[in-house]
Amino acid sequence: MVDLSTRYMGLPLEHPLVASAGPLTKELDGIKRLEDGGAAAIVMFSLFEEQIRHEAAAAEHLSEVGSESFAESLSYFPSIGGFQVGPERYLELVRRARESVGVPIIASLNGSSDDGWVEYARLLCQAGAAAIELNVYFVPADPSLTGANVEQRYLDILGAVRSEVPVPVAIKLGPFFSSFANMAKRLDDAGADGLVLFNRFYQPDFDLERREVVPALELSTPREARLPLLWLGVLHGQLRASLAASTGVESPVEVVKYLLAGADVVMTTSSLLRHGAGHLAELRAGLETWLSAHDYASVAQARGSMSHRKVSDPTAFERGNYVRALESYDSRRPSR
Amino acid sequence: MIDAGEVARRAGLGGRTNTIMQTCFFAISGVLPREAALAKIRGAIEKSYAVKGREVVRKNFEAVDLTLSSLARVPVPEAVTSRRYRLPLVGDHAPPFVREVTARMMAGRGDELPVSAFPVDGTYPSGTARWEKRGISRVVPVWEPDVCIQCGNCSLVCPHAVIRAKFYPDKRLEGAPAPWKSAPIDARGFPEIRYSLQVYVDDCTGCALCVEVCPARDKQDSSRRAINMAAKDPVVAAERENIQFFESLPWNDRSRVDFSTVRGAQFLEPLFEFSGACAGCGETPYLKLASQLFGDRMVTANATGCSSIYGGNLPTTPWAKNAAGRGPAWSNSLFEDNAEFGLGLRLAADAHLEQARGLALELQDLIGRELVAEILGAKQRLESELRAQRARVDELKKRLTARAGPRPLALLSVADHLVRRSVWIVGGDGWAYDIGAGGLDHVLASGRDVNVLVLDTEVYSNTGGQASKATPLAAVAKFSAGGKSTGKKDLALQAISYGDVYVARVAFGANPQQTLLALREAEAYPGPSLVIAYSHCIAHGINMQHGLSQQSLAVSSGYWPLLRYNPAARASGENPFSLDSGAPRTRFREYAYNELRYRMLQQASPTHAEELMKRAEEAVTRRWATYAEMAGRGG
Ligand SMILES: Cc1cc2nc3c(=O)[nH]c(=O)nc-3n(C[C@H](O)[C@H](O)[C@H](O)COP(=O)(O)O)c2cc1C
Ligand code: SF4
Ligand code: SF4
Ligand code: SF4
Repeated sequence: MVDLSTRYMGLPLEHPLVASAGPLTKELDGIKRLEDGGAAAIVMFSLFEEQIRHEAAAAEHLSEVGSESFAESLSYFPSIGGFQVGPERYLELVRRARESVGVPIIASLNGSSDDGWVEYARLLCQAGAAAIELNVYFVPADPSLTGANVEQRYLDILGAVRSEVPVPVAIKLGPFFSSFANMAKRLDDAGADGLVLFNRFYQPDFDLERREVVPALELSTPREARLPLLWLGVLHGQLRASLAASTGVESPVEVVKYLLAGADVVMTTSSLLRHGAGHLAELRAGLETWLSAHDYASVAQARGSMSHRKVSDPTAFERGNYVRALESYDSRRPSR
Repeated sequence: MIDAGEVARRAGLGGRTNTIMQTCFFAISGVLPREAALAKIRGAIEKSYAVKGREVVRKNFEAVDLTLSSLARVPVPEAVTSRRYRLPLVGDHAPPFVREVTARMMAGRGDELPVSAFPVDGTYPSGTARWEKRGISRVVPVWEPDVCIQCGNCSLVCPHAVIRAKFYPDKRLEGAPAPWKSAPIDARGFPEIRYSLQVYVDDCTGCALCVEVCPARDKQDSSRRAINMAAKDPVVAAERENIQFFESLPWNDRSRVDFSTVRGAQFLEPLFEFSGACAGCGETPYLKLASQLFGDRMVTANATGCSSIYGGNLPTTPWAKNAAGRGPAWSNSLFEDNAEFGLGLRLAADAHLEQARGLALELQDLIGRELVAEILGAKQRLESELRAQRARVDELKKRLTARAGPRPLALLSVADHLVRRSVWIVGGDGWAYDIGAGGLDHVLASGRDVNVLVLDTEVYSNTGGQASKATPLAAVAKFSAGGKSTGKKDLALQAISYGDVYVARVAFGANPQQTLLALREAEAYPGPSLVIAYSHCIAHGINMQHGLSQQSLAVSSGYWPLLRYNPAARASGENPFSLDSGAPRTRFREYAYNELRYRMLQQASPTHAEELMKRAEEAVTRRWATYAEMAGRGG
């Protein structure tokens, strides 16, 4: 028997496979299916502060348009008990998930205002979240914003939430920083309990006929695992915070690679959307098979075994790899 | 002084200023000590908005703080120094009745009018909404002639008939004011013809449906279309000048306009205009279109409901008349008898026609045999035929006026009926599906040539959104606050079962061309016709600007299949039933959950909402199968 157990931000987990934030967690039913399917922990879809504000404003506005302006109809909607647009539904879902599943529930938060991040994080804790994942999805489109400003923003958000909530706090971020390792280090110093590498940025597409910008969401492919793999390998052993791998898991192959690079947990959403929650059990079985076939006694033993930790200058390592990659392409081409 | 609208906007309260005005009152009135009053206001906000969620409470608190910081003292000056004056309520060129009666009522001084000021025969002048110039929107569409492809969509969808188009010879440009805009007409072989689109800025409600529907994009900037919303103040003076010039151009000759396309229909004068319906109303575009197509010979029986309120709301009416003084005759009747009322109008018109035909035959030697034969044998389907008939009837009247005697006089009084009347019975779903259902059924079974237009908002709109039998499964409405648990009645299938009733289901936002075709087929069909028209409404809980895309989703999800059942097709061996929209390709919930009427339940009781939603989706699939089967049958 291989020991699959791991720890993520201090939370003991039976094995490293975690369901990342995605649509399956929008209903209690889906959360239960993820547990039954074999998730060691579940990250809920994000609570979007901006969306809540927007929806609350829209609902209030729409339910009152035309009201009290015409004697025959003082309103156009019935008043319904329990009709609230706010974080209440999300909080209720956290509460019910907490009651009905045994694995840790990690709530995900995407704030839009300084107060919002803190206030909502507090509410999520009160509702019973075992940890909080900060989903900082931020596209710095303002040309006057410097890289340093952007980095500070991440640190501020983390700092504000960290000091207000008693549970572990992870931050999920994208790879687009000039010096990602430094950014990771500073987040670690600022008290991040976990780093989730990486958030996927959904680049919108153009509809050429209608000449409109349209949202484009495609599920990830295993090829996309390489970027997180690189940075997990670089960061493993250099931080206090736990590392979560996210993006591109489709089969046990990616799971094993991530662990060898140094991830504490491996997250997946796309593969579950493709194959259903039961796919988690297959990933776990595949991991176990690989580890035992290669004589590993535990996940802990394998973790980070292919990281760059032992290389004194990881950048030299990467430069070497770069040259090799280019050369390997040349050597593949038929000689003339 | 406070700019409450601005404070409300900044606090995220939209247009609601109640909290703000209340705060102002207590802050300056001294009724209660200021701090005590403010504490009470905050308490009241907590109490009354807690059920709506913390966001709403938070915004109202914010509004209180913003109000206190924005409230400014204005010293009252010794003398009036402003040089700005209010515009007169109606222009000087308004007809005497409007100036003397309508305008006084608009000013709130109707009580001063003597009874003798009113018409004695129960009729009331139409075409009066155009004098109101309500100017309720601070943004209006601005037309870009170079980008425009002259498709006519904007003019068709405008619920308030604010956008109009004309074409004219380029030599008319000589008299045009400086800001006038035009483009060469987009039709081959007419190099000397110009096209202009005019926005009646003072009548615009700012709903932006016209912008939403515009298919043309600026080549340099794809966020801009051929018509874009812009602040009204900078353009209003120029546009007023343009409107004057636009009105000096004659309406295009109806027999030169292609009635069968949206592009053509934009050149028809609307005889339903500037109604006081909600901004972006989904009902009024149908009435406007019908008035463009048939208005000058239309007689309308209108059931009580929104359409009777915006249709005949004293002191003005949007129903109008053309330069020849012809326009729809309109009357409102009760919920419970409107179909019968309309049938009565048909029977009366038929009786008058019979009388006229009899008298014409009797007097043919006096009038001229040839003219009488032409009049009695005239086909009156095409616009050119109608125009010819009208000319003949004018000639007939001229010859009759020259003669004395009771018989010529009798014919004179009914001669107008020799031009084919178009009888319309109009109402909402509360009338057609519920309270007037028995009468409607009776009228559809009568075989008589009436046209029924059901403006289906799926609730009783003007009384505040009560459920009707048209309210869909899973939506909330008053009296069905837990979500409607039974399906919507299929009025189309009910009427189709007669076999000789023309039936169409339309949604102008999804397919305006099919709407146009259906209205024309219904009118041309010599028996009863029923057109059921999807009408987006504020009672759906949508941003009205998205009314058209909701219509498209209703159709693409299979919830609102577009169809026509034309019994006349049977004569040529064809299947009378045609399905004009494709198989469902989006989910019903994608359409439904854009609307507060469905979302409310989803928020309040998710499990129950999901149950109803599943049933609603099944119902959509089932019904589609039935329709597809009917459309697949032979003739
Ligand atoms: C439909 C969908 C919804 C998602 N919703 C969220 C979300 O609410 N919050 C979040 O942080 N990430 C969200 N994600 C991103 C995933 O959590 C994950 O980071 C991403 O899909 C890459 O991982 P994968 O390759 O395992 O799919 C979503 C992804 C998908 C496909
Ligand atoms: S904004 Fe609305 S009312 Fe104004 S022109 Fe456009 S469609 Fe008509
Ligand atoms: S919808 Fe756009 S392109 Fe079509 S007529 Fe109106 S402005 Fe022109
Ligand atoms: S309530 Fe609905 S149908 Fe009535 S005028 Fe307003 S939008 Fe139109």
